[in-house]
Amino acid sequence: METFLGLDYPTWWFLVVGALFSGYAILDGFDFGAGAWHLFLRKEESRRIALNAIGPVWDGNEVWLVIGGGALFAGFPVMYATFFSALYVPFMLFLVFIIFRAIAIEFRSKEPGKRWRQSWDICYSVSSIMLGFLLGVVLGNILLGIEIGPNYLYQGDGFFEFLNPYAIMTGFTSLSLFMMHGAIYLLLKTEGRLFVKLTFLLKKGMIFFIVSFGITSLYTLLYVTHLSDDFRSNPALFIIPLLTFLAIANVPRLASKKKYLMAFVFSSLTISLLLVLVAIEMYPNMLLSTIDPQYNLDIYEAAASNKSMKIMMIIVAIGAPLVLGYTTFVYMTFKGKVEMDENSY
Amino acid sequence: MDTEILARIQFAFTVAFHYIYPPLSIGLGLILVIFESLYIRTKNKEYHQLAKFWTKIFALTFGIGVVTGIVMEFEFGTNWAVYSRYVGDIFGSALAAEGIFAFALESGFLGVLLFGWNRVKPWVHLVSTIGVFFGSMFSAIWIVVANSWQQTPSGYHIVGEGLHARAEITDFWAMVFNPSSVDRLLHVWLGAFLAGSFLVLSVHAYYLLRGRYEDISRRAFRIALIVATVFSLGQLMTGHRSADGVAVNQPAKLAALEGHFEAKAPADMYLFGWVDKETQQVTGVKIPGGLSFLLHYDFEEPVTGLNAFPEDERPPQVNAVFQFYHIMVAIGMTLIGLTLLACFFWWRGKLFDQRWLLWAFVWAVFLPQIANQVGWFAAEMGRQPWVVYGLLRTSDAFSQSVTANQILFSLILFFMVYALLFVLFIYLLNKKIKNGPYNEEETEDRPLTHEIANVLTPKQ
Ligand code: HDD
Ligand code: HEM
Ligand code: HEM
Repeated sequence: METFLGLDYPTWWFLVVGALFSGYAILDGFDFGAGAWHLFLRKEESRRIALNAIGPVWDGNEVWLVIGGGALFAGFPVMYATFFSALYVPFMLFLVFIIFRAIAIEFRSKEPGKRWRQSWDICYSVSSIMLGFLLGVVLGNILLGIEIGPNYLYQGDGFFEFLNPYAIMTGFTSLSLFMMHGAIYLLLKTEGRLFVKLTFLLKKGMIFFIVSFGITSLYTLLYVTHLSDDFRSNPALFIIPLLTFLAIANVPRLASKKKYLMAFVFSSLTISLLLVLVAIEMYPNMLLSTIDPQYNLDIYEAAASNKSMKIMMIIVAIGAPLVLGYTTFVYMTFKGKVEMDENSY
Repeated sequence: MDTEILARIQFAFTVAFHYIYPPLSIGLGLILVIFESLYIRTKNKEYHQLAKFWTKIFALTFGIGVVTGIVMEFEFGTNWAVYSRYVGDIFGSALAAEGIFAFALESGFLGVLLFGWNRVKPWVHLVSTIGVFFGSMFSAIWIVVANSWQQTPSGYHIVGEGLHARAEITDFWAMVFNPSSVDRLLHVWLGAFLAGSFLVLSVHAYYLLRGRYEDISRRAFRIALIVATVFSLGQLMTGHRSADGVAVNQPAKLAALEGHFEAKAPADMYLFGWVDKETQQVTGVKIPGGLSFLLHYDFEEPVTGLNAFPEDERPPQVNAVFQFYHIMVAIGMTLIGLTLLACFFWWRGKLFDQRWLLWAFVWAVFLPQIANQVGWFAAEMGRQPWVVYGLLRTSDAFSQSVTANQILFSLILFFMVYALLFVLFIYLLNKKIKNGPYNEEETEDRPLTHEIANVLTPKQ
């Protein structure tokens, strides 16, 4: 197998896709989190400020999903095909909520009426909650494994098989993590009474997260034992869960000291470390079969040709700095607390 | 109904709905760039008002374009798993390039375009608008390349057999510049410019007829008219080049476009007609030998007909393909006629006296939209029964593990959501148009009061 800097191409690409999805989770994660709190903000003015906090950036954040999806398709077409067709129902729901979230943000401000705005507020908040939850549910299903048989074909046929207890727990974990993350983001963008209110909400969010995370971790250790195998056979890897715990513990510490920017950095770090944990638990598999491990889909079977991966590496090498460039430009243009003008939502 | 049919209906429905918006976003993007550049060059506030007004409408089309597009990206995996495995090596790189080069550019600058009016200098704002416009143009490149590859595959080889067979890329540039991509890309771009410029023409013609915003509307109308005229004429050329390409690369599709059955005979060209597949007869008005002439500049030259292909390699819906294609061409000709006529009146200095012509422009907004839709339908249905021309059949390409019930569920879901989206879109578009570019109460002396206000409270 051809290698580049000591790693083979599928492994490289596994890292790229992983990086893209954790970028997505960090960026759209705070949008979902901010949206999940939306109904807790009572005043029209507060809701508008909260919306405008993510206003100029949420669409750019969503592009990480598009790029991640494209990268998965390009790098691991077999994974893309099997994964999305096996988890058909949750993905369709995810798409519908993505639509509702976007149009709620877009359309809410277009009419002054109270009923109009309230309906969109509910739509926005419920969609954000569901999106945060569904991402975790999908992750839970990846961790548990799905019923893949020969020829990468999914053999289950239930509509709601994806909603098993473990996946529901991972769903709550991701939702609560995003809510914590989103509250911190909003704190960075607001001032005055709203700011004070958000500090309370953040406390609740942190408790929600720590409880869900605790239950999920116990559940994993007790019932989903195949996941900890890698750690048992290679104790050096324990550094990752350790770091994760430290990052998580650091968030409330920094928040209580009102160092919200650092708290945001650490909640972002928590998101990516949790995904690194998942990646280590899975690698080199991408999908686990619950029927028979011989049907597990690993990165080598799932991968596109080396040629294609090389081309893609070039595309990423040219594209990534550009993307970082515009992202920085946009965040710089809108840095600091939310200021509203006639163009705002 | 079986899975295949449902999967096809769902794909056709969601992509056709998506494709209402991209042409508007691309076309309006061009117009916005023009308005803003004129504003910076002339410092005339009217261009600024126009740019801000059309940005609001752009935000609407763009927003819906984005969300419906995300659905498309994942639908390949959910509903066309076999297809995705088969073409992933090739298609994936185009789609990923689209994400990285195009969508990131678009969405990155979008925030500044929509919310940055008071925050950045006019030229920085123009740069952002250009960024968004180029982003949308680039996204058309990659998606059309991917689609053209599946019409005219090249730069690949087939590896593996049976369920494990797939196309692997051998030459990236041969894949990108496959035989049909350049012609089709130009055709799609121009189709989008037409969609955008006709929307602008329609709205400002309406204002002129109602006697509202007259100065600003005259300006906007003339600019959009230039764009529309140039590209209507251009569209005939790119369309002709596409047809030439189809004749070489997809002869069965060409035969279906003109309803030409005989295996080897001079082919006629119909202005309109009706195809009976059973009797292999076309009834309608035709130019005998017209197609032969267009392709070979000779009325007698034979053209390969449908009967030259085995039954299971012909597009099953010949009449539909024929009709869609003819509607598109008829619309193309109508657009040329309409814009040239308007230019003629403009030249005589009487453009804005022709109320009937302005009314025609109010309604003409639907024509490019329809042409864009039926153009795709002709191109895609003419490719059947193949999903990848000559390599993979549509009937083999859908997800084996997804059940008909699941697709029915998602189809109904999308149908409801999209119906709602469409109603909202029309409602808000209508409202924005009614509200107009600025508040008429303070018209006439508005520029003046505005200037005074600017002097009294200078911007920091
Ligand atoms: C002619 C151009 C064209 C065509 C044929 C298509 N699209 Fe599209 N698409 C665009 C032109 C475009 C655009 C102009 O870039 C969009 C649409 C509206 C918009 O405002 O951005 C967009 C948005 C858009 C997005 C969201 C991007 C974002 O987040 O910014 C995705 C994922 C796709 N599209 C994917 C697809 C797929 C998978 C298609 C094929 C089946 C497709 N599009 C057909
Ligand atoms: C936005 C413009 C497009 C429109 C309006 C459009 C339209 C259609 C329609 C109507 C069908 C159904 C044909 C039938 O069932 O007889 C179809 C099928 C399909 N098209 Fe497109 N298409 C577009 C762009 C694309 C692009 C860019 C791609 C790929 C890069 C693509 C790939 C496919 C696939 C995979 C199918 C499914 C197989 C099939 O039913 O034929 N389409 N499209
Ligand atoms: C003026 C005469 C026109 C001719 C001769 C013409 C010709 C063609 C041909 C031959 C195709 C099929 C290409 C293929 O399958 O590879 C096509 C497709 C298409 N046409 Fe046209 N066309 C004309 C006008 C228009 C107009 C006015 C529009 C829109 C405003 C339009 C939009 C499209 C679109 C969106 C497609 C599908 C994409 C593609 O395959 O390029 N066409 N046209």
